[in-house]
Amino acid sequence: MYGNDFAPQEDAPGGGLLGQVEAAETALREAAARSRAGATLPGDDPAAYFAEVIDADHKIEPRDWMPDAYRRTLVRQIAQHAHSEIIGMQPEGNWISRAPSLKRKAILLAKVQDEAGHGLYLYAAAETLGVSRDELVELLLDGRQKYSSIFNYPTLTWADVGAIGWLVDGAAIVNQVPLCRCSYGPYARAMIRVCKEESFHQRQGYEILHTLAHGTPAQRAMAQDALDRWWYPSLAMFGPPDGDSTHSAQSMAWKIKRFSNDELRQRFVDMCVRQAEILGLTIPDPDLRWNETRQAYDFTQPDYDELMRVIKGEGPCNRQRMEHRRRAHADGAWVREAATAYAVKQRAGAQRERVAA
Amino acid sequence: MSEQRETPQGPVTSPLWEVFVRPRRGLSHTHVGSLHAPDAELALRNARDLYTRRQEGVSIWVVPAGAITASSPDEKDAFFDPAADKVYRHPTFYEVPDGVAHL
Repeated sequence: MYGNDFAPQEDAPGGGLLGQVEAAETALREAAARSRAGATLPGDDPAAYFAEVIDADHKIEPRDWMPDAYRRTLVRQIAQHAHSEIIGMQPEGNWISRAPSLKRKAILLAKVQDEAGHGLYLYAAAETLGVSRDELVELLLDGRQKYSSIFNYPTLTWADVGAIGWLVDGAAIVNQVPLCRCSYGPYARAMIRVCKEESFHQRQGYEILHTLAHGTPAQRAMAQDALDRWWYPSLAMFGPPDGDSTHSAQSMAWKIKRFSNDELRQRFVDMCVRQAEILGLTIPDPDLRWNETRQAYDFTQPDYDELMRVIKGEGPCNRQRMEHRRRAHADGAWVREAATAYAVKQRAGAQRERVAA
Repeated sequence: MSEQRETPQGPVTSPLWEVFVRPRRGLSHTHVGSLHAPDAELALRNARDLYTRRQEGVSIWVVPAGAITASSPDEKDAFFDPAADKVYRHPTFYEVPDGVAHL
């Protein structure tokens, strides 16, 4: 409803992300319509059946047999993805009451509402694997499951809200668009929904920075400062380099992941360069330059030691984010109990009426 | 036939609901996802906020997930077999002589 359609973004290298989502959706429908040649009966040898479904690019559905490790990997990945959406509401929520105009405030509210929705889609997808949402929330609150490292960084200025939209949601989209083709059906379908909405977030962030970068010198400086602080943490969102990534090889074989961390990071850098130029802002990397032979940009890698520290809980806001989440959960307990008690009462009332009728 | 999900849905405080949305008049309700809510009324309101934020629908059904019985993929072939061996149920089974129109 709000905001401009930034045409240049579509033309940028790696752009047209919405188009890729549409294509993934079409592929999903086609795979469902296509029958597998020489299909074995699922009862005969479940492992062979599973391998065949994966090979044929069909989707694994909740009731299909799957290797335990596949199930565990998916539970971990989808749950942590869901946690990230929920925790991710905090850094932006920080600016709702201080948004500079009513329009910006309304947009930010809608965006944070979307993030909550994404969390719920993803928890629902994780639940099809046989875990309950309550268990997953417990794992998060106990610190036994993680959320994206990026949300442990503070939002210090209004421009940070723009940088989160453009860079953080942009990185998330680059990561998530291939997941629209993931081998597990419920996850793939959730990602299609998420990506369609996420693209609104990325554009709203870009628009904020565009406005600031073309405003007063102070606004421009604020935008540049936000880019300076969010650039490397955004690059780190793609995870450790391929050599150090523990789950990658197996996830690629199972077609959960379609591209390696480094491939996605490169794709992200390549599309950001032109977008930054249009903003008139400078990416804080003196070694960033076009490599004619690779047909891609060379860039400085983020600090992976910092990434590991943040993941382990020693980032700037880890404690604050978890405390806030735990407090909301504990303080909300009586409301959940009231809703349950009311539902029980309503059910009992309905039953009495049925008996009386 | 067995329950759709093997493990219990966690505490009964906020059971799982499956959500179906009809996008426009004349189309059918389509499954769009699921959510947790203590009762049907809240499930409906949450489904409205969650699944129809962008004019995706004009009608919502919510069903307790426990009320749904699903067919099992193991029995797929035997279960759906009758459709395959009665090809005469399809109009393409019948030969139409050349030159016959409007048939």
